[in-house]
Amino acid sequence: MSPTAGLLLFRNCLAMDSQGIPCVGIETFRQCIIDSVKDGGRLCALFYVPEQVIGSPRIIGIVAQDEAGSLGVISAEPGMTFPALTPGCQQAHWFEREIHEQYGVVPEGHPWLKPIRFVNGSDTIGVTDFFKIEGSEVHEVAVGPVHAGIIEPGHFRFQCHGENVYHLEISLGYQHRGVEKAMLAFPEKRRLHYMETLAGDTTVGHATAYAHICEALAQGGFTPPRAMALRGIALELERLANHTGDLGALAGDVGFLPTASFCGRIRGDFLNMTALFCGNRFGRGMVVPGGTGYDADRERLEELLLRLGRAEKDVLGAVELLWETPSVMSRFENTGKLALQTCIDLGIVGPAARASGLHRDVRSDFPSDIYRFNHVPVSALESGDVFARAFIRRLEIQQSIKFIREQAQSLPGNGVKKEIGNPGKGLFVVAMVEGWRGEICHAAFTGSGGELSHYKIIDPSFHNWIGLSLAMRGQQISDFPLCNKSFNLSYCGHDL
Amino acid sequence: MLKIIAERIRQKKRTIAYPKAPPVLPDRFRGMPRVDASKCDKACDACVVACPTGALSKTDGLSLDLGKCLFCADCTKVCPSGALSFSQDHCLASRLRQGLVLSGQEFEKATAMGEEIKRILGRSLKLRQVCAGGCNACEADLNVLTTVVFDLGRFGIQFVASPRHADGLCLTGPVTKNMALALRKTYEAISSPKIVIAVGACAISGGPYIDHEETLNGVPSDIPVDLFVPGCPPHPITILDGLLRFLGKIHH
Repeated sequence: MSPTAGLLLFRNCLAMDSQGIPCVGIETFRQCIIDSVKDGGRLCALFYVPEQVIGSPRIIGIVAQDEAGSLGVISAEPGMTFPALTPGCQQAHWFEREIHEQYGVVPEGHPWLKPIRFVNGSDTIGVTDFFKIEGSEVHEVAVGPVHAGIIEPGHFRFQCHGENVYHLEISLGYQHRGVEKAMLAFPEKRRLHYMETLAGDTTVGHATAYAHICEALAQGGFTPPRAMALRGIALELERLANHTGDLGALAGDVGFLPTASFCGRIRGDFLNMTALFCGNRFGRGMVVPGGTGYDADRERLEELLLRLGRAEKDVLGAVELLWETPSVMSRFENTGKLALQTCIDLGIVGPAARASGLHRDVRSDFPSDIYRFNHVPVSALESGDVFARAFIRRLEIQQSIKFIREQAQSLPGNGVKKEIGNPGKGLFVVAMVEGWRGEICHAAFTGSGGELSHYKIIDPSFHNWIGLSLAMRGQQISDFPLCNKSFNLSYCGHDL
Repeated sequence: MLKIIAERIRQKKRTIAYPKAPPVLPDRFRGMPRVDASKCDKACDACVVACPTGALSKTDGLSLDLGKCLFCADCTKVCPSGALSFSQDHCLASRLRQGLVLSGQEFEKATAMGEEIKRILGRSLKLRQVCAGGCNACEADLNVLTTVVFDLGRFGIQFVASPRHADGLCLTGPVTKNMALALRKTYEAISSPKIVIAVGACAISGGPYIDHEETLNGVPSDIPVDLFVPGCPPHPITILDGLLRFLGKIHH
């Protein structure tokens, strides 16, 4: 059987008639997703839409075949209970917990059905049946929601034997602000600002995905090429700032202060390059539906290239020290290993997946905008440890700088914004963007009047938090900060 | 070892001279908004309609609430008469919530804390930061103050891990219901006298999340705030400026 049998194939950032989404029996749906994931597919999204969206309450699955570059969708009417996919497809585990929490629909047979965000009044956050290991010498360590630094809140439960961690359970939801619901409930003028603050460190990533959704729903053709290039520059600057910051923080977590100190500063240099374009260090206002909010003249681009050249030398010099320092390498290597098969089973995305040997990158697998014309080579390593997750960032820094340089030297055409029309009626669209943490996936539906009727957001952190849990197994509890930083996942991106 | 030293020399000293020298800001930086009510057409409410957070009001003449402002400039794009603009002025912090509402009067920059508390905290201020729904932008720009560029430590200010070691609370985020208890517990664990600093539009008013049932529109009303730092997020230099004025280290 073909790995995409039963699925309706569609393209990233291209709207389709929502009535065209195949609706099958729940058992066929379940088997189709399990089979296509077994055949190399990956579950990008699994979500529920209430009756008013496409005529009947549905569970919708979106499966990506990364190597073939194909996306497929399928749906079913699950009723109030349906046989859980998780026992046959581990990637569904978090999605099914989300569906259960949001809509009360029960995936029967789910091994671990409890809230992921504690959004219902009946659930008290942090109060749940945590996974526990019994034994006279086993002890439990609880951390958070308030952590020891300037960090977002989340709760971690470690089951330990001495220093050894048997299991880490991550319990989130503290950052829940109700974004998905508000996309429909509050005026349209707020939407872009929700996207920009969904995960503030991924302002450009989420704003780009949202812009793609709006543009696809309006079905008005291409974004101006100059805007595409500027968006690409902004997205790569965001990657540079965060990767640089992470490398500095990793150095800090093993007590290697030179790189920590240098990178802390260089990260700011990249943020200031973004501010050169739009006045804001995080790219607020840079990406808008229809193009970009700001243009860049020759002078500005020259300034960018000058600063980029300086920052390149600084960041590579700062990071190089890590690999040459034995005390750093002995802490990085073989710490927090995530096996390739685990990444495949759980659908891990982004640098964490690439560090374990998976060539998985939206920019090359499902390119949109500028990435259709200018390819970014995918870097991948095999060891899957903290070292690999650090070194992959180093490789991606180089690729991003090269990409920005090429774009800035040959920025096409005139005009950075096109007025987009009203969204079409009864449409469905998925927009995927490779943010610095990995695959950002937004899905939207419009109703019979062209109004937005459903909006689904999947931050890469949604897939990857479980990866951190598993990377901690068999590690020392003192390795947690290091492992955590090597993933550097978003709390608010997950909590929405 | 020699390589580390060579790299250290190559990376140079990077600490900025602020507050002795003015900050270097990008030309498109959006600082203190300017409200020119004389240019405003009384019949027009385009800016009020465009503002995503309700920061603008025309009920009593044109006014702009810095505490709600996202500095997105959506208002300036729709204003037909140029009554609204953004300046490069980075000094946005205020001691009073009402002081953030601009309606033609001179903006009163943050003043120093009282003499008595300044005697206790003025030379060594330890802050416990709590993120309660913040998007990690305000948090990132607070973190950045501890880098070599801003070097917060030289002013005697430090972020600490335990509320028991802290003199005050620095809050970011719209205060989600799910963080309300943890925030209160952290606040209560800080010994008195203590100060509270609200950083960013979310902490001051709820920001983009204003009136969401999942949030409390920023700092709960029974936690008294000593310093408000507007912005979405505020530029690190805006936060630093506010802190230094609060400590009485900048007067003008």
